[in-house]
Amino acid sequence: MNLWLAIIAVAAVSFTFKAIGPALLGDRELPPAARNVIALLAPALLAGLIVVEVLGPKWTGVDWTLLVGLAATAAAWAWRAPMLLAVLVGVIATALARQLPF
Amino acid sequence: MESEPASDTGGTRPAALSETPRQRLVAGLRVGVGLALAAFMLAVTFGALARSEGWGVIAPIVCSLVVFSGSAQFALAAALAGGGGIPAAVTAAALINARFIPMGVAVAGDLRGGRLRRAIEGQAVVDASWVAAHLGGGRFDRYRLIGATIVQWPAWVAGTALGVALAPPESLVETLGLDVIFPAFFLLLLLDELRGARPSRFAAAVGGVVAAGLVLVVPTGLALLGSTAGALLGLRGKGKQS
Repeated sequence: MNLWLAIIAVAAVSFTFKAIGPALLGDRELPPAARNVIALLAPALLAGLIVVEVLGPKWTGVDWTLLVGLAATAAAWAWRAPMLLAVLVGVIATALARQLPF
Repeated sequence: MESEPASDTGGTRPAALSETPRQRLVAGLRVGVGLALAAFMLAVTFGALARSEGWGVIAPIVCSLVVFSGSAQFALAAALAGGGGIPAAVTAAALINARFIPMGVAVAGDLRGGRLRRAIEGQAVVDASWVAAHLGGGRFDRYRLIGATIVQWPAWVAGTALGVALAPPESLVETLGLDVIFPAFFLLLLLDELRGARPSRFAAAVGGVVAAGLVLVVPTGLALLGSTAGALLGLRGKGKQS
């Protein structure tokens, strides 16, 4: 029962968080300064997501093999590989790095 | 299965709005297919984790159906397993998802209809779709946003169901290197974003450094929120550049 309550509560919170901006602002144009900030939200948030994903809470998730995989993905991207192929290269590189004896 | 070229996953797309709504929706769907594969794999691990934590079969699948947020669902599972009770678990998930408030504000002007319809369309805001729909200059392509999300949602639910049914050990996911999938997708989206102006790179650098510092001392959700400070500081870089 507690689990179901928690699920319903998180679903309601998530819905509200995503809905509140569109519902309240409507089609009102944001001032240019706000638009400039929003334009930079994407790179800032993406960098934060990657860092948090790689480091983990209190940096307990640091794993060099994951960094090898990300470097391989970036290299594949630089060679203009399609998105899925670049990710696949990262997966293979990570898996191979984890087979190394150290 | 056709994959999306890396150069077409984000960044500025000034020509995008000259395409028909159908073309923009299809572009979103194409981006969404790649993202859905990543979401599917992550959902398998969520389903397996929830099953191992005693959630049973139905609850994890319903959770993915109605919450549809990997970070919040993992936070919920971890907090419940930690014995913090419902308030702590819901707070942890809410903190993780608080970033959707500014992200929703960002897309508000590009959605359609009255308040209710906009609130529902706002549910299409998930990290990767939001970035993929960014046209640059703080504008978003509504069709691309919805197209990219509409593929990921069923993949997320189906992956959870498979994870619940198979319950693969976490070690298998790690051995196969599948845990790199999500950060790798985020990295590709970021690299495309960074093709643009210098302020984007400055914002990303600040966002990354702030998140790295904060995650040492505060919960992950707060660290993510803190990373958005990079957008404010990026404006300073923009000012200096001009």
